[in-house]
Amino acid sequence: MTVNNRPGVLNRITGLFTKRHYNIESITVGHTEIEGISRMTFVVNVEDERTAEQITKQLNKQIDVLKVNDITDQAIVARELALIKVAVNSTVRQEIYTLIEPFRASVVDVSRDSLVVQVTGEPEKIEALIDLLKPYGIKEVARTGTTAFTRGAQKNAVSYKTPFII
Amino acid sequence: MAKMKVEEQRKQRTKMSGALMLIEALKAEKVEVIFGYPGGAVLPIYDKLYDSGLFHVLTRHEQGAIHAAEGYARISGKPGVVIATSGPGATNIVTGLTDAMMDSIPLVVFTGQVASNVIGSDAFQEADVLGITMPITKHSYQVRDIQELPKIIKEAFHIATTGRPGPVLIDIPKDMTTAEGEFDYEQDVHLPGYQPTVHPNHLQIRKLVEAVSQAKKPVILAGAGVLHANASHELRQYAEQQNIPVIHTLLGLGGFPANHPLFLGMAGMHGTYTANMALYECDLLINIGARFDDRVTGNLKYFAPNATVAHIDIDPAEIGKNVPTKIPIVSDAKEALKELIHQDGKRPDITAWLAQLAEWKTNYPLAYQNDAQTVKPQKLIEMIYELTNGEAVVTTDVGQHQMWTAQYYKFNRPHRWVTSGGLGTMGFGLPAAIGAQLADKHATVVSIVGDAGFQMTLQELSVIQELNLPIKVVIVNNQSLGMVRQWQEIFYDKRYSHSLVPNQPDFVKLAEAYNIKAFRAKTEEEAKEVLKQAFSLSEPVLLDFHVKADENVYPMVAPGKGLHEMVGVKPCDESLQ
Ligand SMILES: Cc1ncc(C[n+]2csc(CCOP(=O)(O)OP(=O)(O)O)c2C)c(N)n1
Ligand SMILES: [Mg+2]
Repeated sequence: MTVNNRPGVLNRITGLFTKRHYNIESITVGHTEIEGISRMTFVVNVEDERTAEQITKQLNKQIDVLKVNDITDQAIVARELALIKVAVNSTVRQEIYTLIEPFRASVVDVSRDSLVVQVTGEPEKIEALIDLLKPYGIKEVARTGTTAFTRGAQKNAVSYKTPFII
Repeated sequence: MAKMKVEEQRKQRTKMSGALMLIEALKAEKVEVIFGYPGGAVLPIYDKLYDSGLFHVLTRHEQGAIHAAEGYARISGKPGVVIATSGPGATNIVTGLTDAMMDSIPLVVFTGQVASNVIGSDAFQEADVLGITMPITKHSYQVRDIQELPKIIKEAFHIATTGRPGPVLIDIPKDMTTAEGEFDYEQDVHLPGYQPTVHPNHLQIRKLVEAVSQAKKPVILAGAGVLHANASHELRQYAEQQNIPVIHTLLGLGGFPANHPLFLGMAGMHGTYTANMALYECDLLINIGARFDDRVTGNLKYFAPNATVAHIDIDPAEIGKNVPTKIPIVSDAKEALKELIHQDGKRPDITAWLAQLAEWKTNYPLAYQNDAQTVKPQKLIEMIYELTNGEAVVTTDVGQHQMWTAQYYKFNRPHRWVTSGGLGTMGFGLPAAIGAQLADKHATVVSIVGDAGFQMTLQELSVIQELNLPIKVVIVNNQSLGMVRQWQEIFYDKRYSHSLVPNQPDFVKLAEAYNIKAFRAKTEEEAKEVLKQAFSLSEPVLLDFHVKADENVYPMVAPGKGLHEMVGVKPCDESLQ
């Protein structure tokens, strides 16, 4: 969704989610190509289409909200970035390099007893990598949350599923 | 002409302080009255107000100011304007903002704020008003650049009064009231994120016309949206054209004449038997400008179970929110009704339905057992109705007296009824009457309040006296928080926990302390006498009616029950004894 980049606008939106009792899985916010307009991407778990519709309508009522798009069922590009700090010693270090390669992840920091893996992709991919790295001992994870928009060309919409992304 | 143009351009170029801009903007908006209360952060504004020629009412509490503004807006159809200072002044209007948000009342509210350079430092009388009020305003601003102030005020008036009306707040740091800038109020409002849909979609209108023509048991549920859209005339025209009976929500009362044969009464928790049963039995429900509040629908599981639901509302988020809706029509009520009238669809054949409704009306009217030895609250309302020919502006507080007024004062005209519906705010009735009287100086204004709620804002008697507003304050004195007492009687085994107040003050003496005439009545005869006297006086009068204390409001749909499960529907019903 796109919003006017005004003081308090994030507060307005998250406040609305609290007021209406919706749980936010993740939020990302950043500038768009137009000055003064920001894009926010929310991932929200909802029970049914009616709730999704209600959230969309409530968001649309906000004066500073310009456009809301429920893109759950559309062809989208969705990406998240994660930094994962893994405990390592000299014996497993190389093993980890090999392990993360298929994920097109990279090591962005190395110290004597840990290294930091950076990965981008859809949340499922990030989950999968985190699971793989768990046995080595994960010290810290930082995730950005999903940011997304629709693809240039739309295939036929797939069936409704949760979570829904706006 | 030419001279005016030059004059205007000159004015536009003149630099002026933020405080003066505010004054000029209010004049440009043709604001007739401001309700407010001064304090440190708004002193520059009050200084400019001093010789501005604008009419300002100093209420005795900021809550009084905002409820008065609500009452003014309800009756005048114009936005109510409020000024409060920072910190405690601002937090005192929180209840009123919420009330206005719930009941879609247009307000433009100015709050002072500490100076920009100390915001965030817990400065004296600083409160995060923007943060506190975000969920209870339609929109809000904090002025950060003096050059933006005129635009902000213009947008605020636009947003408050268009689409679904509501309160808009402008928080003004003190330095912004003294900073100077150019005042240009001629600019257009440009809000890409705010484009209310006013005209109905043709396809949906066609669908509704078709559904009406097929219906066997249609009914219209009309809410305050009809009043906000000034669509009473169209509602009546449409109902008569299609021969469809009409039910009102609490807030909608007056939108359709109560004495009209097609009127079935109010729906909901204390609605009429006929209205509630009609909602239960109907096969087509046309909601016009109501939001299917839970006090109207009862348990949703049993709400209009066999009906196709059509919903006309200017706020798309209300459609389908509580009740699945087959025919959604996002539109201003007046525009949609005009279009429906224009379509002039086939009248449904509903002879049997009308006969059924007539039978319910005859067999299950609103009823109570009178007792002339006391003042029966229902009787009291009926007497007021008769004495004022059903023409008065009536405000109420919240509780039993509010429900009795809604039931027994028959509103035949729109914009005569002022009550707090969505929030149910005790303390609303008296200040709202001040605003209502100022909006219609010639109207007879009656403020019907409970003995408990009256005491939440009674300080405003002082304003009534000061301005000599001929409001008739009617206290329905049952020496209790009556509605709470009723629930405790019915649902909590008569354990009257903190709901009985046998030591209420002497309200007559209290009024006299404010230099307001006052009378007391304890029997029907006395009541008749003091009412006659009070309404013959063109000055404020307070009337303290000691009513039968253990009277309950019926019919009643208990919480969790369906509308068809209401109790206390007949005078012979034992729950009425
Ligand atoms: C500010 C506020 N506090 C509490 C309530 C809950 N409440 C609803 S009705 C009521 C009793 C009102 O008593 P009174 O004003 O005497 O009116 P009555 O019901 O007796 O007619 C109370 C406490 C409320 N609606 N508003
Ligand atoms: Mg009472």
